[in-house]
Amino acid sequence: MVSPILELTNINKSFGHVHANKNINLTINKGTIHGIIGENGAGKSTLMSIVFGLYQANSGTIKVNGNEINLRSPKDSIINGIGMVHQHFMLVENFTVLENIILGFEGELVFGKNLEKAKKDLKNLCDTYKLNIDLNSTISDLSVGFRQRVEILKSLYRGAEILILDEPTGVLTPQEVDELFKILRSLKEEGKTIVLITHKLIEIMDLTSEVSVMRQGEMVGHTKTENTNKEQLAEMMVGRSVLLRLDKSEVKTGDVIFKVENLTVKDDLDVTRVKKVNLEIRSGEILGLAGVTGNGQTELLEALSGIRKVESGEIYLEGKKVSDNQNFLDPRELKEKGLAHVPEDRQRMGLVTDFKAYENLIFGYHDQQPFSKSSILNHRDIISHSKKIMEEYDVRPQSPNLITSNFSGGNQQKIILSRELNEKPKVLLVGQPTRGVDIGAIEFIHQRLIDMRDKGAAILLVSVELDEVLSLSDRIVVMFDGKIVGEKENKNVTDRELGLLMAGVV
Amino acid sequence: MTTVDKSKVPWWVSNLIVPLVNLILALFVSGLFIFIAGENPYEAVRLIIYGSFGYIEGFAYTLYYTTNFIFTGLAFAVAFHCRLFNIGGEGQAYIGGLGVFLVAINFSFLPVPIVWLLAVAGAVVFGATWAFIPAYLQATRGSHVVITTIMFNFIAASLMVFLLVDVIRDTTQMGPHTIALPEEQWFPSFEDFAALLGIKIRYSPLNISFLLAIAASVFVWFLVWKTRWGYEMRAVGHNTQAAIYAGISPYKNIIIAMCISGGLAGLLGVNEILGVHHKIVAGFPAGYGFTGIAVALMGRNHPIGIFPAAFLFGILYQGGSEVTFDMPNITRYMFVAVQGVIILFSGALENLFRPQIENFFVNRLNLKAKA
Repeated sequence: MVSPILELTNINKSFGHVHANKNINLTINKGTIHGIIGENGAGKSTLMSIVFGLYQANSGTIKVNGNEINLRSPKDSIINGIGMVHQHFMLVENFTVLENIILGFEGELVFGKNLEKAKKDLKNLCDTYKLNIDLNSTISDLSVGFRQRVEILKSLYRGAEILILDEPTGVLTPQEVDELFKILRSLKEEGKTIVLITHKLIEIMDLTSEVSVMRQGEMVGHTKTENTNKEQLAEMMVGRSVLLRLDKSEVKTGDVIFKVENLTVKDDLDVTRVKKVNLEIRSGEILGLAGVTGNGQTELLEALSGIRKVESGEIYLEGKKVSDNQNFLDPRELKEKGLAHVPEDRQRMGLVTDFKAYENLIFGYHDQQPFSKSSILNHRDIISHSKKIMEEYDVRPQSPNLITSNFSGGNQQKIILSRELNEKPKVLLVGQPTRGVDIGAIEFIHQRLIDMRDKGAAILLVSVELDEVLSLSDRIVVMFDGKIVGEKENKNVTDRELGLLMAGVV
Repeated sequence: MTTVDKSKVPWWVSNLIVPLVNLILALFVSGLFIFIAGENPYEAVRLIIYGSFGYIEGFAYTLYYTTNFIFTGLAFAVAFHCRLFNIGGEGQAYIGGLGVFLVAINFSFLPVPIVWLLAVAGAVVFGATWAFIPAYLQATRGSHVVITTIMFNFIAASLMVFLLVDVIRDTTQMGPHTIALPEEQWFPSFEDFAALLGIKIRYSPLNISFLLAIAASVFVWFLVWKTRWGYEMRAVGHNTQAAIYAGISPYKNIIIAMCISGGLAGLLGVNEILGVHHKIVAGFPAGYGFTGIAVALMGRNHPIGIFPAAFLFGILYQGGSEVTFDMPNITRYMFVAVQGVIILFSGALENLFRPQIENFFVNRLNLKAKA
């Protein structure tokens, strides 16, 4: 007989005028993997932060094992057997695994008995759940996948019966995802309860036995996973049916306008990250660059857009050499020549989040007419331009004077996209255009990219989302360990084939 | 924690009421100090207000101090918009003063207004040059400006002592200072203007540099918010990676921001040399460069905030000296402590009461809206 381990009743939470959680009811049964799915900003993370004691609900009750509890801090949650693995790990990089796990629970001034006991307990936990972690390795030496396991182990060590995972697969390679899922299944078999927050439908279908869907701060549905399918869940998430596959016309390609020959690039630590890469992009085509994060895509994009120095090799724009080891154009000169760049990390590179929206809408083009004349910014023209393109690209809210960090991720991305596409570039470099963007906005962004292609732009799309590469690209290249390891026409290629290339198997 | 919907807080609550409450608290704590020292705090406040407003010369002194704080406050603010912590205002002002003097003495054959213009330019160029070296080291070598600028304060002080003792000393005198500039080059002082109107007042150091400080404030506002340069400086300051992406050179902007900052600090030399001493005296920056940091932080690095902050410190300097004169138990250092308390409350503890105050007003406004 299933018994509820966690019951939430009428949970409400507001941040200022944003009602992040509205009358949420949720029951999670013991020993299940329960998925919570919703777009970005649907209120999933807020809800789970309330359960973990990071936020306090404005109203509502929380029961664990039938007893009402009062969660004022994560400490209360830990006492009640609730553990959470955050999207961004909370680990001290230069500590060992053991030191990280006992942090705050040392229990003695001079390490001795307790430490030995902790070691033994942790070894047992590792064996039970096949975590395969060396307790003495330093966190900074571990891959992302292992760091996540350390977080899981930490929660288990602190007695978690309910384990909340917030978007756990966002940072993992496909192989690491498989490993994680194995661990989660074995946790479930040992009677632990897992709450999985995600916006990836495929994970829900793979892993969970029950699923709850959130939309705009409300719980819009609960169902057993076996009784539903991806399309139905997607529809519940966005409140309308979405096209998971894009309609796109036949490609009418023109001349090669962007060409890369034997490009080699080093990163800041002087490690060669891009190794003799050759690429050709024709006008009117989208070249998809697939690959697991960290295989040189970032450095490649940075070199192509003029941010990073070329070690050897050449880059040609419309047949003219723009960059080699000796001479290179800086990002602004490349922009003037018709090369636009939507960077992979919008907050780190694409935007100054402390700037007002209108300041970001001219960013990189701020020295051009009519935005500035003889070094003086033309405020009126900038504002009217901003209003116009915010409307055109449906950036919400449409207030050019709002500070950029107050916009949601999807709308921040639209700010960048509108800025770069508005200049009608001949070549467009796009990195992770829909990372952390909700489904509605993804559709919009994809459609805009297709429109640009149809108008004759040459587009290089770098994405770790295989679905995105498959649905947008005309041609796909796969990057592994800094090299292009395969090229496919996007007609009869399967994600399996690409997956093997991405993993460097073939 | 109480969260307040920022968009509903009226601007005058966050920008006037909150600083005012912090200031009153700081004054209250300062009052306790004075009480413990065995003097009457009310009397001290009365003396401060009388000293800085009560008679025309006192008020002129207040504005004279304000002038210096505006220059050094603006200097710090400009660099800070590029996230550079320029604590070398003191040294840049010192070297700026050297520029003023050298220009004025060497171009004394030119008409006086032109000498003044050149001397102001000299102050800017010398101050900027002194800031350029740390800026260059920061931009190319990553040597942190906090370290280098404070070292450059010491270098400037030593260099000036060397010059004032061995090179440009007035050899007819004992003290480490130069000869005086020709009298026609001296900036018109406040009492000169008063005399024109037929009012006779006693000496005060206030002079037309005050107008230069106002002009510098307008310049900084325009530069930071209305020009491409300010835009690029702020972009580099807030997000260097993004600046590089947009083709904005951090290298260039670090140097520009520091040089403008140094130039503004150098203007303090104009006030002190052309306006007050009419020669270089050892140690004339007298800590204005450091207090300027507090002025800028209190004024939120905006000229509109820097002006009242500078004025407040002007009142404390002038009123404080009045208090130390009349109250034997209160030393000059007591007022350094008072300044510290004000900086503590309006800088470090700035958000101590902000949520409560903002909440109070938001709730009141909500009630009004309902009624």
